[in-house]
Amino acid sequence: MIQIDEKGFYGKFGGAYIPEMLHPNIEELRENWEQIVASPDFQEEFQMLLRDFVGRPTPLYFASRLSEKHGAKIYLKREDLCHTGAHKVNNTVGQIILAKKLGKKRIIAETGAGQHGVATATVCALMGMDCTVYMGALDIQRQRPNVERMKILGAKVVPATSGSQTLKDATNEAMRQWINNPVDTHYIIGSVVGPHPYPEMVARFQSVISQEIKTQLLEKEGTPNPDIVIACVGGGSNAAGAFYHYYNVPQVRLVAAEAAGLGINSGKSAATTVLGTPGVLHGSKTLLMQTEDGQVVEPHSISAGLDYPGIGPVHAHLHDIGRAEFVAVEDEDAMKAGIELSRLEGIIPAIESAHAIHALNMIQYQKDDVIVINLSGRGDKDLETYIKWGGY
Amino acid sequence: MNRIDQLFQQKKQRVLSIYFTAGFPRLEDTLPIMEAIQAAGADIIEVGVPYSDPIADGPTIQESNMVALQNGMSLKKLFSQLEKMRETVQVPVILMGYLNPIIQFGIEDFCKKCQAVGVDGLILPDLPMQQYLDDYKEMFDQYGLRNTFLISPQTSAARIREIDEKSNGFIYMVSSHSITGAKADISGEQIEYFNRVKSMELKNPRLIGFGISDNSTFNTACTYSHGAIIGSAFIKTIKNSQNLSADIISYIRSVIQ
Ligand SMILES: Cc1ncc(COP(=O)(O)O)c(C=O)c1O
Repeated sequence: MIQIDEKGFYGKFGGAYIPEMLHPNIEELRENWEQIVASPDFQEEFQMLLRDFVGRPTPLYFASRLSEKHGAKIYLKREDLCHTGAHKVNNTVGQIILAKKLGKKRIIAETGAGQHGVATATVCALMGMDCTVYMGALDIQRQRPNVERMKILGAKVVPATSGSQTLKDATNEAMRQWINNPVDTHYIIGSVVGPHPYPEMVARFQSVISQEIKTQLLEKEGTPNPDIVIACVGGGSNAAGAFYHYYNVPQVRLVAAEAAGLGINSGKSAATTVLGTPGVLHGSKTLLMQTEDGQVVEPHSISAGLDYPGIGPVHAHLHDIGRAEFVAVEDEDAMKAGIELSRLEGIIPAIESAHAIHALNMIQYQKDDVIVINLSGRGDKDLETYIKWGGY
Repeated sequence: MNRIDQLFQQKKQRVLSIYFTAGFPRLEDTLPIMEAIQAAGADIIEVGVPYSDPIADGPTIQESNMVALQNGMSLKKLFSQLEKMRETVQVPVILMGYLNPIIQFGIEDFCKKCQAVGVDGLILPDLPMQQYLDDYKEMFDQYGLRNTFLISPQTSAARIREIDEKSNGFIYMVSSHSITGAKADISGEQIEYFNRVKSMELKNPRLIGFGISDNSTFNTACTYSHGAIIGSAFIKTIKNSQNLSADIISYIRSVIQ
C-alpha cells in the first residue's frame, strides 16, 4: 500500500524537518486540513471552482496519430486546457479555499518557471487576497512574460537573490518569509514537496486528475485502468495527481519522466532518482542532488518546471520500492517530442510535458496497451525556448 | 562534566554566546576567531557549519554561509581545524547547522568526531523535537552532546513545557517571529514574551537570540533570561575586519562592558 503514515512518512521519506518557528503553522495545517477539505462547504466551493473557473473535467483525448506512430492506444489527459495553462491551478484553488477557512489574510508562494506563481496570483485575485510570490532573480530574467502576468493579476513578485537565485532559493525565501509572518499568512507550496502535510495535501488536490481518468477511461475503454500512466516529475505534483488513484492498483504501470538535462553524466542534469541520495531539503527527507558534503547541487533542465534538485517524498518512495519506473529524458529529446506532438496532434505542449511524451521511446509496451500520458501544461509559456532551440 | 552544564552551574546571569560561520571570512580563520571570542570574555562559542540552503537565516548569515562554502569549508575540513582546539579553547563549544550535511557525514561518525575534538553541544534548527526523540537522542546522549531546541513567541505554553522536559543544556529563545538578523530595538511585545517565559520557571537556562547586537539589546535580554546569543551582528563585525583578533575583542567587550 502506498500510504502516508501518521508522522508524515512514505516509507523512509517525508516528515517535517522544520525550524521550531514554523511548528505552529505546520501543526495548524496538519490538524485541520483533512477535516476542512472533507467538509461539504469546502467541497461545494472547490468543485464549483474546478468546474466553472478552471474548466474541469479536462478531456481525456485519444491521440490517434500519436498512437499510430508509437503502436499503442495513447490517451492524453488534457491538463494543458486548465485555466492558466497547467495543472498547477488545481492545487492553488484548493489551497486558497483552505487558507480562507483558516482565516488567513495573506498568501505567499515560490515559483520557478512562473506557472505556479501565475496560478497562485490568479486565485488570489479571485479571492481578493494579498499575494507575494518569491522567484529566483535569475528566473525573473528568464521568465519575463510570467512575471508580468503575475503583476497584471495584482501580485507582488520579489526576487530571491541568495544562492543560485533559482527555484530552490525562491523556496528558501518563501519559508523565511513565512517564519517572519507566521500568524496571518498561508504559504501555498506549488508541488508535492515541503514538510508534512504539504506533499499529501497537494497530491490530494491534484488527485482529481486520476479520478477523472478513471471515469473517462471506463467510458472509452470499458475499464478504469490503463496499462500505463506516464507523467513528468519536477517536484512531482502532476505525476502524483495522475498516479494517485492507481498507487494501489498494481497492474497499472506508473512511469515518471525526469529531466536528464544535457545528459545524466554531463553535470547539467535534474535526474534526481539517478543522481540523488537521501537527504533533507525544504522540510522533508527525500532524494536530493547534493555533493558528498551534503550541499545541495544546482540542477539543470531546459524546462524551468523540472529544474529542481529534489523530488517529492512520495516519488522517492515509489522509486525506492520499485512501484514506479523512472526514465530520464534529455533536453534535446524532450524538445523533439514537443515538436512531434505539435505536428501529429496540433498540440504544442509545455516542455515539461514533452518529457512525458518522449518517455514513450524509453519504455517497453505491447501493441494494444492503453497508455495515458498526463499532458501537464501547454507550450505558450515556452515559446521563447522553442524559438531559441530552433529545431523545427 | 559537560562544559555547558558546568558553565550554567557557575554562571546564571549575563551569559554571552557568540555565533560565527566556520570558514568566514577566510577558510583558516576558525581557530583564531574562537580564541579571540574566548579572550574577549564570551562564555560559549557557536561554530556555524555552512549550508547551501539555510532557511532560518537572514541575509547576513546567508552570505557568510555562501562565502564559507566558496572558501572550501566542509564538515571534514572543520573537524580537522578543531582537532587541537582544546589545547587553547576552554569554553563550551557548540556546533550549529542544518541537518543535511550531518546526515551525509553520517550521524554516528559526526557524533564521534564531535566527542573526539571536544564539542559539547548541538543546535540544529531543522531537527524538530519529535524527529530528535525518534532518531537522534540516543546517539547524541551516547557521545555526551547536549541538544538545544528553539522556542519562539508563537510556541505554546504546553509546547514550551514539553521542550523544557526533553531539553538538556539550555533553551534558545528566538526573540521575535523572524529569521536571524539584527534589528534596531526590542519591542514591548517581545518583552511581554520574555516575561511570559521567565515566569514559567523552566528547569533549563534560557538564552535569547536573534536581533541581539549591542550592549543595550544584550542588557535587555539579560534582564529576562540567563544571557544572550549574538550572530549576525558579530558576522558583520568580522566581515571586513583587517585585524580580526583586535576587532573581535573590542566588539565583544563593548557588548558585555
Ligand atoms: C506544465 C508543467 N508541468 C510540470 C511541472 C513540474 O511540476 P510538478 O512536477 O510538480 O508537476 C511544471 C512546473 O512548473 C509545469 O509548469
